[in-house]
Amino acid sequence: MSNIPTELRYASTHEWVRSEGNGVFTVGITEHAQDLLGDMVFVDLPDVGDAVTTGDDCAVAESVKAASDIYAPITGEVIEINDQLENSPELVNSDSFGEGWMFKIQADDPAEVDGLMDAEAYGMSIDDE
Amino acid sequence: MNTTALHGAHIKAGAKMVDFFGWNMPINYGSQIEEHHAVRQDAGMFDVSHMTIVDVVGVQAKDYLRYLLANDVEKLQLKGKALYSGMLNDEGGVVDDLIVYHFESTNYRLVVNSATKEKDLNWLNKVADGFDVSITERDEFAMIAVQGPNAQAKAQSLFSAAQKEAVQGMKPFFGVQAEDLFIATTGYTGEAGYEIMVPVGRAEEFWDQLLAAGVVPCGLGARDTLRLEAGMNLYGQDMDETISPLAANMGWTITWEPTEREFMGRKALEAQKAAGHEKLVGLVMTEKGVLRAGLKVITTAGEGVITSGTFSPTLGYSIAMARVPAGTEIGSTVDVEMRKKLVSVSVVKPSFVRNGKSVL
Repeated sequence: MSNIPTELRYASTHEWVRSEGNGVFTVGITEHAQDLLGDMVFVDLPDVGDAVTTGDDCAVAESVKAASDIYAPITGEVIEINDQLENSPELVNSDSFGEGWMFKIQADDPAEVDGLMDAEAYGMSIDDE
Repeated sequence: MNTTALHGAHIKAGAKMVDFFGWNMPINYGSQIEEHHAVRQDAGMFDVSHMTIVDVVGVQAKDYLRYLLANDVEKLQLKGKALYSGMLNDEGGVVDDLIVYHFESTNYRLVVNSATKEKDLNWLNKVADGFDVSITERDEFAMIAVQGPNAQAKAQSLFSAAQKEAVQGMKPFFGVQAEDLFIATTGYTGEAGYEIMVPVGRAEEFWDQLLAAGVVPCGLGARDTLRLEAGMNLYGQDMDETISPLAANMGWTITWEPTEREFMGRKALEAQKAAGHEKLVGLVMTEKGVLRAGLKVITTAGEGVITSGTFSPTLGYSIAMARVPAGTEIGSTVDVEMRKKLVSVSVVKPSFVRNGKSVL
């Protein structure tokens, strides 16, 4: 059974979202998602300053097995990306909820996050797969 | 689903298991990249018990194999010497690729792919019609491939005195029966090592002893990246029944001389050779991204297709094998259609890494 931290929110496409306060949210992919993808070899991140809309394919996680789109879970502006992933994409595998984070979004509407799944709902959604 | 004699050992080691053509096999035991590096730098082991071992015995065993295979077992004069070959249909397509070990002119052993087992056994029996041979599957053996620069030394630590003596000075591509083990200097990684056939009843104990000797368990994921770096074909991907060995970098496995030797597919191959044919090349992409099987290749001589592609853990960038028009030059640059854009890649000979080092 995958680890699913209860303080995070989740999209059905396996992104997690953590509130950092002041409408800033950190985004990554779940432990379950990295497990499905296998060893990560490249992570293609958006540019700082990019405006993203919920559902946009804004990053690509490429593993030995497959390339997978990462979707913006909320609408806003990308204000920071995880530069460490350039040389250490394996952080997504080893610490998907921590050092393997991908980018931060300044949300247009912080309340949009409330519409994402909580840990329990996400856990149920991956059990159904 | 079929399981091998080592199934329990895989589960115990925390393997992620997948369905591989009806066999429940380990894809990795955690990180396939770490497993890949273990084989390039030290020693790794693979459960290859799903592969099919077939003994061909009889007064016409040699005649039969000279007709069945595009490569010529007449080349095998030394006891235990092995040969890689395709077996072809009448159209010159590859029914399967295999290794044949020669013991005597009346006694050979074949190792064929698992994914094509039923088809292969049917084919072997069909072609045997009219030859005085018996064809017997040897499913009482498990098979473990131990590969890497330290693989032979680590495996030898498990051998009896007689087995050590039997493998002493054994050159690449030989096999020897030594007490209960058949030990061969073959593999599918581009590294030195052994492929060892061990009786099913002793397989798990043998595996555990290799573990204790510091050999790292490796899954099918690492097996695929290793064989691709080594420029070795995968049946069903780089060639199949519709693809000629000439278009699959297997021209070297076709023995044309003596011209009197009739073998399955010979006439079709001669016609293809005269008419011209596609070829299999290597591709290298040093920018970000991974070349994948099925992607379209665009060259000045026409279009081709990637047959196998991956990220190369040893090189740190993506490599692929592609079937392209005959006029595609080694050293040239071609385009690959990736995620709706064209990316330039270099054309190289289809071999990337040998004995731990880049050969590019």
